[in-house]
Amino acid sequence: MSSQAAALPKPRYVEDVIRAAIVLCIFWGVAAFTVGVVIAAQLVWPQLSFDSEHLTFGRLRPLHTSAAIFAFGGTALIGTAFHVVQRTCRARLFGGAPLGWFVLLGYQFFIVIAATGYLLGITQSKEYAEPEWYADLWLTIVWVAYLVAYLGTVLKREEPHIYVANWFYLAFIITIAMLHIVNNLAIPVSITGSKSYSAWAGVQDAMIQWWYGHNAVGFFLTAAFLGMMYYYIPKAANRPIYSYRLSIVHFWSLVFLYIWAGPHHLHYTSLPDWAQTLGMVFSVMLWMPSWGGMINGLMTLSGAWEKLRTDPGLRFSVTAVGFYGMATFEGPVMSIKAVNSLSHYTDWTIGHVHSGALGWVAFIVFGTLYYLVPRMWNRPAMWSTRLIGWHYWIATIGIVLYITAMWVSGIMQGLMWRAYDELGFLQYSFVETVAAMKPFYMIRLLGGVFFLSGALIMVYNVWRTVRGQSEAAATLRPAIAA
Amino acid sequence: MNIAAASEVLASIWTVWAVMVFAGIAYWAWRPANRRRFEQDARIPLDDGQ
Repeated sequence: MSSQAAALPKPRYVEDVIRAAIVLCIFWGVAAFTVGVVIAAQLVWPQLSFDSEHLTFGRLRPLHTSAAIFAFGGTALIGTAFHVVQRTCRARLFGGAPLGWFVLLGYQFFIVIAATGYLLGITQSKEYAEPEWYADLWLTIVWVAYLVAYLGTVLKREEPHIYVANWFYLAFIITIAMLHIVNNLAIPVSITGSKSYSAWAGVQDAMIQWWYGHNAVGFFLTAAFLGMMYYYIPKAANRPIYSYRLSIVHFWSLVFLYIWAGPHHLHYTSLPDWAQTLGMVFSVMLWMPSWGGMINGLMTLSGAWEKLRTDPGLRFSVTAVGFYGMATFEGPVMSIKAVNSLSHYTDWTIGHVHSGALGWVAFIVFGTLYYLVPRMWNRPAMWSTRLIGWHYWIATIGIVLYITAMWVSGIMQGLMWRAYDELGFLQYSFVETVAAMKPFYMIRLLGGVFFLSGALIMVYNVWRTVRGQSEAAATLRPAIAA
Repeated sequence: MNIAAASEVLASIWTVWAVMVFAGIAYWAWRPANRRRFEQDARIPLDDGQ
């Protein structure tokens, strides 16, 4: 334990890339939360776009979603995938540091060209697939390199069994490649211009877009972060996963079911009715494996619940699993056509997405970062355990404010849209429903500010940890060894 | 047989096949003979000496 890898001439694992990914992930997280706060404020005070086309809600919103999902989440996944695959395979990353750097930096380049394009109004107008053809082609190259690095490491492993976290990461990498290529098939207007036309049209285009969109939720935002859960919760708790057999069934049932759930985004559209019902049925069935996975993550703590009191980093991860259970219960409910007729196109959907994105994705990343940072920089612990606790509570209050505001405003919005008077006329004009949401938009903004403040506390704590631990040892109680 | 009819038959075969594969996986996971190896596999993250 005391002998450090740094003293060896050639370290066993590629770690520089992982350290860089941690720093970039934190940077993108703060960027994504900041833009989120800005556009939440724009919904309350529309004049905050300052009459600039570049700062309109329509251009900043994909900047926010892409920064959160692809920049913050994606960079966290690249870094942790390389960490997990090397440790559980007991093998150095295939392609070594050069391939690792190419994947990480190539992905950052994709993010930058995509994001700057949004501000200039360059978009395919496909939700979560906004980048135009040139960015898509570049991402395809980077993604294939990612797959080669990951699969190559798995193939040269010294550990006979492929640990289940790797299955989740691999399913994420392979499925995203498939979704990305099919949904983005397009013909550019010219080789020097940014504009392209999709190969798909009409209802087929809509179905392929939401086959893409929902499986991006299923394999990017769910499967990949479950890979994170299956490695870092056992590590932080120092206990094996509650049931390895349940994790196998969890994995395969997600893989078999998720791919069919996309049509629930197209209820009551021109999509054939049978396809809508199919999407609904598979979405409801997904509830079972999701809760199986949640139980598996939570029960890993069984017999060691006191760690939640002493290790606020682990508390992030475990709360994330709780939010995963909540969001994967709410999702199937919202996919039921009768519920969807009320919830669709309302703020309820935004609240649902954020209970997943803030509660599950961001919290599991925070928990992982608090585990990884001291280990990657060879520090005994984070600089301040107390500040992790502050981050936890501020972020949790932020999420609660956000999702409760969106529940109330979404359901109110849906009910107002479908309210008729005794003569059969719509009771409310559209602008009346917008005005009614204003107080809830302010609560949502406050929630976002809380969440961003928590992240800034993390930035400070990580910076002090990386810089050195000497002051902390003198001023704070000794941190708990993990 | 035209393409529409053929795809309907293939879709049914595919569904049955997928269910059978899944049942096979579930059996493999819960087979008592595999209990010990899965308990060992679960320790992979913890047994890396760090």
